[in-house]
Amino acid sequence: METLAFMAANVPVIGHRMLEHVSLVGVSVLVAIATGVPIGILITQNQAAADRVLYGAAVIMTIPSIALFGVLIPILSLIGQGIGYLPAVIALILYAQLPIIRNTYTAIMNVDPALREAARGMGMTTLQRLRRVELPLALPVIINGVRNAVVLNIAIGAIATYIGAGGLGTFISRGISQTDIRQLLTGAITVSLLAIMADMALVGLQRAITSPGLRLR
Amino acid sequence: MIRLDQVSKHFGPLVAVDRVDMEVPAGEVCVLLGPSGCGKTTTMKMINRLIEPSAGKIFVDGKDAASVDEVTLRRSIGYVIQQIGLFPNMTVEDNICVVPDLLGWPRRKSRARAADLLELVNLDPGIFLKRYPKQLSGGQQQRIGVARALAADPPVLLMDEPFGAIDPINREVIQDEFMKLQAELKKTVVFVSHDIDEAVKMASRIAIFRDGRLIQYDTPDAILARPVDAFVAEFVGSDRTLKRLRLLKVTDAMMADPPRVRAEDPIETAVKLMEEHGHASVVMVGPRGRARGVVRLEAVQGRKGVVGDHQEPLPGVVNVKSDLRTAVSEMFTHGLTWLACVDDEGFYKGYITQRGVSQALGAPYKDR
Amino acid sequence: MLLLLAVFACGAWLQAQGFLPSLLRYRGDVLYLIRGHLELAALSGALAIAVGLPLGIVLSRPRFEAYADMVIQVVNLGTTIPTLALIAIAMSVLGIGAPPAVFALFVLTLLPIVLNTVAGLRSVPGYLIEAARGMGMTPWQVLRRVELPNAVYVILAGVRTAMAINVGTVPLAFLIGGGGLGELIFTGIDLMEPTMLLAGAIPTALLAVLVDFAIGQAQFWLVPRGVNPLR
Repeated sequence: METLAFMAANVPVIGHRMLEHVSLVGVSVLVAIATGVPIGILITQNQAAADRVLYGAAVIMTIPSIALFGVLIPILSLIGQGIGYLPAVIALILYAQLPIIRNTYTAIMNVDPALREAARGMGMTTLQRLRRVELPLALPVIINGVRNAVVLNIAIGAIATYIGAGGLGTFISRGISQTDIRQLLTGAITVSLLAIMADMALVGLQRAITSPGLRLR
Repeated sequence: MIRLDQVSKHFGPLVAVDRVDMEVPAGEVCVLLGPSGCGKTTTMKMINRLIEPSAGKIFVDGKDAASVDEVTLRRSIGYVIQQIGLFPNMTVEDNICVVPDLLGWPRRKSRARAADLLELVNLDPGIFLKRYPKQLSGGQQQRIGVARALAADPPVLLMDEPFGAIDPINREVIQDEFMKLQAELKKTVVFVSHDIDEAVKMASRIAIFRDGRLIQYDTPDAILARPVDAFVAEFVGSDRTLKRLRLLKVTDAMMADPPRVRAEDPIETAVKLMEEHGHASVVMVGPRGRARGVVRLEAVQGRKGVVGDHQEPLPGVVNVKSDLRTAVSEMFTHGLTWLACVDDEGFYKGYITQRGVSQALGAPYKDR
Repeated sequence: MLLLLAVFACGAWLQAQGFLPSLLRYRGDVLYLIRGHLELAALSGALAIAVGLPLGIVLSRPRFEAYADMVIQVVNLGTTIPTLALIAIAMSVLGIGAPPAVFALFVLTLLPIVLNTVAGLRSVPGYLIEAARGMGMTPWQVLRRVELPNAVYVILAGVRTAMAINVGTVPLAFLIGGGGLGELIFTGIDLMEPTMLLAGAIPTALLAVLVDFAIGQAQFWLVPRGVNPLR
């Protein structure tokens, strides 16, 4: 009850933090899509490169976010950006790579070879094949990767408050340091809702974008 | 050995199996046959109680299956399924030993048994015992599936379309191997199939199912010769008479103890013999009775000398152990109306004619 | 290779900056904190496995299928809740100290283990289970001899990701009074002391990678050869 009153009294602040959070996640995921999808497509051409890239991305995933922030701070301090938005965005871009690259790669690799053969038989060039056959078939899986990346980044974005990147995590960090349950719960609830809603929205997008021919199973 | 007494199975409002009565004598292969959804698989699975009957009783070896603990019951019944179902986490050896292990056999005994069984299904134990299922071809996997079902030497085998997933060429081979094995082991087998040719080949008896009811239960030949209704006739195929050729042996249509001549006999004897029997030709045999050649009435009438001077090569010969399909094929291939029948040693045993084949199939032969 | 070179270059550069010697100043602290770190991870992880595996097994039984789908929906929802939010909720309910830290880590680790256990057991083909039943295995024997061995690869994959996340999240547990390397990291950030920060961050990263690697090895060696896609 108290928490609800607190939230009601602080709607503008919550809105501001929410915007910070969304922009942090949005920018990083967009950049990650712009890099991850082409990388995922490119590595379908070379098994060895694919193994290496996927392994590298998996190792980055294993590094705990707080440790990555920790490592980025001293490095970025060299250009005067040790704390704040930039290290947060860089870390989030890195974390978003694995789900996006991996899903792009497996989706395209899983396209039925017979379809590829048929496309080639009809005289499509490699690029036409990619655009008309492989990507449409792979799109739902790629969106699924983006969904994983978004949910992950919302979670890590909350931690980024500790390196001064703002966002909804700020309520939690303040709540902890001031032992203020109201702020704690406000942060926890809003950031969870954001993650759940983003998750559901992307599930919806994935359904909407899946060709009706693929939905029937 | 297995007796079904008014057995029914209902799934909600659906009647999957409807008051089935049947008995499978010990040592016979009973094939349950029918289109998909006819209740044949459900019927089979009720025997080892993977599906519990809604009504009726099933007796296995004289005992009411419902009165035996279901796990004990299943361990005493070999089970082979279409997907083979070898456990991928176990080696071939461990797969074969599943039931012996469940029954608590000493390890030494069960492992020795596994090696014997591999030999029995024509796989080299030295190579295959320690392999994993994913390292084997489909045909090899199903041979091991059969070996696994036989491991604890159960008197009864249930087989659910066991060779359905194997390519046609290997299927024939495995069917033949299984029949050879069965001739030796004399298990009581209940075998589900939707393939009439497989059924005709394997079965001592065929049970034809439709919509959960047992329509006809009889020997393969009787089913092909006398289908009880239009459904069965259509299911076994419009070429059902030709299918019977596979079931009948040359001996079923052969004229035994036929007239014969020797090389040293005078031609007159041969001519007299042919006229006596109303034959157009007669087979010449060697000193101990092997079929050597033939003399034709047309070619020797009025000639002098001995049979040996006028003999011609035998136009067609068939082994007495062959099925009629082989004999008829031989006749049509060479445009003959009759064939000489010999045994493995080549001794002349009789002759077979197109008329004889027709009569064996139960049809009157109209020669005009 | 490139990664190694980069790490090496970083090391050389740090050495030149005089970081490495000062990093070594924290050696005693680091060793002490690693112990606390691992204790937290081990305790919460062991609890999560002890609860998650049986729960996953129960949920995969056909008789609980209806409930299972519901529970899995909830668990899926649970996995989208950000870690920090989970920690905040643990603190609001249990206060400050080791118990809420362990509790948060436990929940975090539990969810992927349950999901993978259910997924692994459900992926065992129905005909294998039927073959096992048809041969006269009791339900318990079917589970132990057929279902679990065929699902163990997927189950261990769940344990692996869950434990890597667990070890990587322990630093956050420091915020609500758990121990571990988070102490160096967060104090380092607060005091703008990069060396201290790195003394916490680098071992944290190494621990996570190491745990991931160790369970990966266990997965390689423990999973029966016939169902191990790696062997």
